[in-house]
Amino acid sequence: MTRRGGEPQRRQAVTTGMPIFVSRRRFAAAALALLLTPTVATAAALDGRAIAQGQERGNCLACHRMPADPLAMTDATLGPALQDVRKRYPDRSQLRAQIWDAAARNPETLMPRYGRHRILTDAEIDAVTDYVFGL
Amino acid sequence: MLAIVAVGGTAVAAPKDDLATMRSRFEQRFAGVPADDYGFGTFMLNRAARSHYEDIMAFPPFLGDIERGKTLWETRFRSGRTYADCLPAGGRMIAGNYPYYQPAEDRVVTFEMALNRCRAANGEAEYRYDDRATMGVLTAYARSLSDGMRMNISIDSDGAKARYEDGKRLFYRRIGQMNFSCATCHVNNAGNVMRMETISPAIGQATHFPIFRGGDTLYTAQMRFTRCMEQVRAQPFAIGGEDFNNLEYFHAYLSNGLPLQASVYRR
Ligand code: HEC
Ligand code: HEC
Repeated sequence: MTRRGGEPQRRQAVTTGMPIFVSRRRFAAAALALLLTPTVATAAALDGRAIAQGQERGNCLACHRMPADPLAMTDATLGPALQDVRKRYPDRSQLRAQIWDAAARNPETLMPRYGRHRILTDAEIDAVTDYVFGL
Repeated sequence: MLAIVAVGGTAVAAPKDDLATMRSRFEQRFAGVPADDYGFGTFMLNRAARSHYEDIMAFPPFLGDIERGKTLWETRFRSGRTYADCLPAGGRMIAGNYPYYQPAEDRVVTFEMALNRCRAANGEAEYRYDDRATMGVLTAYARSLSDGMRMNISIDSDGAKARYEDGKRLFYRRIGQMNFSCATCHVNNAGNVMRMETISPAIGQATHFPIFRGGDTLYTAQMRFTRCMEQVRAQPFAIGGEDFNNLEYFHAYLSNGLPLQASVYRR
């Protein structure tokens, strides 16, 4: 077994909104899907919902519910539900700034700094922003 | 002289004060939850999940693993001796004393290390700390011999205190791409839900290892720490290494006074 613990990695493909821990039975399928999923997709193919919901990339569902999206399976309470986003953020660039570096507004925030810490690429953040803007 | 004043002057809390502060925080957050329920972890916070847990514990799917551990426990070493001959009190009602600080070596000894020491002292090869099929199932059985004992971690010397402080530092240090510490989740956000999982409070987390996630996959405490570190995209420490041993020492102290129950179901 390796230093990283070596247990079955409970990961998932970026295309689903499954719970954070994937059962071992689903593991083989998920691992296969991961192999087939490029880590950084080309700009043309970016799917904001998949990036936002997938555990490997944005993982927003770890903390946020998205009541308007029936595929967003989560009971998360760590962050506020993302709903009526356009009302809260009439200006898309402010929404993008929140996702790019949440700590700029609140240094104590739990929310990862997706842009500043290069968790997501600029193109991925644009795709996520478009998706979240529509919630 | 200045250095001494500085060290004496900064408020390094005594372990018992750390624990009292954390307890009162959780007593407010989880008013009405009986102290002994903290060992149920995430299940102490949700009635439906708790009854699901109790259904599974009535016929645990991992009994075979415990049975295999019992066989390992009872198998004589080449010397003719057994673990029971080697450990204090025949290995019964002792797991709550581990990890402990061993002054002669100036380090923390975990329960798993104590088992490996029996092996070494009797001419057997040591087990790997991350091997479920040997060390994993052996501890699943050996710890169950202490069910009902109350956690009793002692920190009674400067050396012990230094190891405790090191574990505490690791517990509060922010790590990984997500920049979380153990405390971010298990102190500040205990009771909150991450995706589908209610996050358990740090107090009570040490009483019931190993756990069987999904009913069939064994995790020792340090394997679970590894899992949490991977979750925040941090490079985990080595299982069985000094960092994790010190972290486990601090972490186990937080469960002092709570009853042990080894080998339980977790989601
Ligand atoms: C680890 C937890 C966590 C993750 C993961 C997370 N967030 Fe957040 N988010 C928060 C918290 C907590 C807040 C509340 C604001 C604060 O802390 O300053 C927040 C606030 C927000 C807000 C502002 C909401 C409002 O009403 O003002 C938006 C928009 C947002 N998050 C989007 C996202 C997106 C998109 C992702 C994924 C790419 C994401 N978050 C991932 C924790 C998280
Ligand atoms: C991002 C949040 C997060 C961080 C950071 C985190 N954990 Fe966890 N931890 C969880 C979740 C979620 C679970 C599963 C639900 C539960 O049992 O609390 C869990 C479970 C555990 C458990 C098992 C509890 C039980 O009764 O089965 C232990 C022990 C634990 N964590 C210790 C740690 C330690 C030590 C650290 C730091 C190295 C850490 N965690 C960091 C979220 C986190």
